[in-house]
Amino acid sequence: MAFYLKNPRNIINNLKSKVGLWSLMKQSHSTCCYSSCLNTIHLHRFLPLTTLPQFTNPESISHKKGHFPHFQRFQSTTTEKQIDSVPNDEHNQVLDFPGGKVVFSPEMRFLSESPSVYSQCYRVLDDAGQLISHSNFVPVSEEVAVKMYSNMVTLQTLDTIFYEAQRQGRISFYVTSIGEEAINIASAAALTSDDIVFPQYREPGVLLWRGFTLQEFANQCFGNKADYGKGRQMPIHYGSNKLNYFTVSSTIATQIPHAVGAAYSLKMDKKDACAVTYFGDGGTSEGDFHAAMNFAAVTESPVIFICRNNGWAISTPTSDQFRSDGIAVRGQAYGVRSIRVDGNDALAMYSAVRSARQMAVNEHRPILIEAVTYRVGHHSTSDDSTKYRPADEIEWWRMARDPVTRFRKWIEINGWWGSEAESQLRSSIRSQIAERAEKPPVNDLFTDVYDNIPSNLREQEKLLKETINRHPKDYPADVPI
Amino acid sequence: MLGIVRQKMLEQSLKKIPPAVSVLRSYSSAAKQMTIRDALNSALDEEMSADSKVFLMGEEVGEYQGAYKITKGLLDKYGPERVLDTPITEAGFTGVAVGAAYYGVKPVVEFMTFNFSMQAIDHIINSAAKTNYMSSGQISVPIVFRGPNGAAAGVGAQHSQCYAAWYASCPGLKVLAPYSSEDARGLLKAAIRDPDPVVFLENELLYGESFPVSDEVLDSSFCLPIGKAKIERKGKDVTIAAYSKMVGYALKAAETLEKDGIDAEVINLRSIRPLDRSMINASVRKTNRLVTVEEAFPQHGVGAEICASIVEESFAYLDAPVERIAGADVPMPYAANLERMAVPQVEDIVRAAKRTCYRSVS
Repeated sequence: MAFYLKNPRNIINNLKSKVGLWSLMKQSHSTCCYSSCLNTIHLHRFLPLTTLPQFTNPESISHKKGHFPHFQRFQSTTTEKQIDSVPNDEHNQVLDFPGGKVVFSPEMRFLSESPSVYSQCYRVLDDAGQLISHSNFVPVSEEVAVKMYSNMVTLQTLDTIFYEAQRQGRISFYVTSIGEEAINIASAAALTSDDIVFPQYREPGVLLWRGFTLQEFANQCFGNKADYGKGRQMPIHYGSNKLNYFTVSSTIATQIPHAVGAAYSLKMDKKDACAVTYFGDGGTSEGDFHAAMNFAAVTESPVIFICRNNGWAISTPTSDQFRSDGIAVRGQAYGVRSIRVDGNDALAMYSAVRSARQMAVNEHRPILIEAVTYRVGHHSTSDDSTKYRPADEIEWWRMARDPVTRFRKWIEINGWWGSEAESQLRSSIRSQIAERAEKPPVNDLFTDVYDNIPSNLREQEKLLKETINRHPKDYPADVPI
Repeated sequence: MLGIVRQKMLEQSLKKIPPAVSVLRSYSSAAKQMTIRDALNSALDEEMSADSKVFLMGEEVGEYQGAYKITKGLLDKYGPERVLDTPITEAGFTGVAVGAAYYGVKPVVEFMTFNFSMQAIDHIINSAAKTNYMSSGQISVPIVFRGPNGAAAGVGAQHSQCYAAWYASCPGLKVLAPYSSEDARGLLKAAIRDPDPVVFLENELLYGESFPVSDEVLDSSFCLPIGKAKIERKGKDVTIAAYSKMVGYALKAAETLEKDGIDAEVINLRSIRPLDRSMINASVRKTNRLVTVEEAFPQHGVGAEICASIVEESFAYLDAPVERIAGADVPMPYAANLERMAVPQVEDIVRAAKRTCYRSVS
């Protein structure tokens, strides 16, 4: 159901009651997701083939000795002939449909539109940064944990610097990731550099983790000569071939099917890598999300779908966005294994993404991760979110639920961090960004439309340069020709 | 003043164009006949065989052998990993294919008709066409979108639109429209080998038609250049420029015109983007009259673009206003008699050519 946070405290209580032992992750994969549905919706009779052996009445052997119709695409796709139902007793009738065996029931029972209990949320650290007892998680070394924390702090600082730059008129636009630092950094830490990332636009932390420098971020935002994008994109539309981070695209959710295509290609190439794509709660309403999830399941592609459910799509709260119990439950509808995670718990995020990656690559399957969090900042610098949500709600999430301080407490408890290290880190970040740089040259206007520049564009470029030379005062002096 | 500069530049480039002799008039003595369907099928087969990165995606391309049987036999030959039957989601499979192209493989996406490509047009334009530019050359998209385009027979408004002008207006895309089997083979091979996204517009009614093909065309390395038109029939009195099925109509019109003493030159555009402006202009400078023919809606169409190009580059050479033949400005009706009235017929082309020659059209 809606994650609309009118009263944040109720939500904490809800989450807390679901916290604790979740051993389902360790169970064998064939029963994992489906047993979780036992305590949510009514048990419906139609189960996919992988769990069929447990459900079929052993006496109801069909006439045919042949194989069941397969979901796996890459075996024979010929459909089975329909056989008459084989009655064994009055209560259990099983019939072969093209999709599989269906058990009948004389009771008319509709599947509920919403579960009696919300799907569980995986969390390992409590609000005070203490490890919850009986939690299982993937252990993290001191080096990695400290790197994660420094990156989260760097991301916060980066956001502050560029946000201020926009407010001062030095760049035209910026999008912050405040409140979602754990999702950004912890997920990046759990992946390898070979995994291809298809971001939305609130995941610069992944690029930061992989080695994009503050200077490179600045170059893109200012659109100067050193920008890898040659000044063609709005700010925050980063991309890096080298770091396997796909260029940010403004259109919502288009990156989701792209990720599936790339994952399928990785599988064809038999690479030890997966595709990872990020999107928000709003993006899941787009047709592309549904098509991609479906495709990923049918083609058995190694792709991780990470949904940042931060409660808001500009001014649209999740209660206006969908009526399902969040995003994770949709996985089952498409045949995709899924999990809901506390997005502000860096350790839980790390564990979930790490395990997801293993399953995706080793078992050739898609995984859906719903990271529950809150968008502390405005949607972008063109937005003032106090117009549609209470300022005290924003403040509460910024202070009491800050993922960075929570993780800091944990690494301090482990003896891996202290206040001296903290001040050293903060002062070193600010000094890393240079200021003025030249704009890109005019011929960058015409290159890369096609692989080779066509003659009509070459002609246009020549004409433009002639025009600029003839009327220099009509053109800005700081643009190199 | 800029106009004169461009005229001068065009003249210089025109001087470099070799005489437009049709190379393929010289057929081998035992000319083979090949249908468009077989031409496309053999082109796909050969390209898939030569490059393991090429793979096909689309609805019904595998088990069903293709909605129009263009991909017949390919599933059996290359297996389900390289010939994918997709769920019904144009937006979905186009997006997935573009993602695969980003990675570096070479998908050939089939739309059952280009009318359905509208459901995927965001991925074609925003995800494929613009990406090389927006990523400043870091990500190329070697993808081909193919399928039947334009009017068929009795299929109504939502199955009959021609998309040549829509796609050809977008920088970053290449748009091809073959007419003969030679065009189909050569241009499809070129499209698959091209590193940029290519929209390949076929025609359903032409699939079953046979054309003569030489040994050169049948060779597996045969390829036609993208961006070059072809003069199907040399003439001196009026230039008729057309693409796809209308080339056939233009050729028939030229036969009729010959009986009336008008020698028409028929240009098969082959490439809508990039448009072979130099060849069209050279032809008009020779004949001084132009008729453009297309089945598509008239406004903002290919004919309009050609007319603008002639006016910009060769205005002084025109002896008559450019005649533009296009489909009726209505959604395609279903009833056979109405449908016939909504698309250009040979008589329309003949009358237009006569008008440019200031002949009476009684």
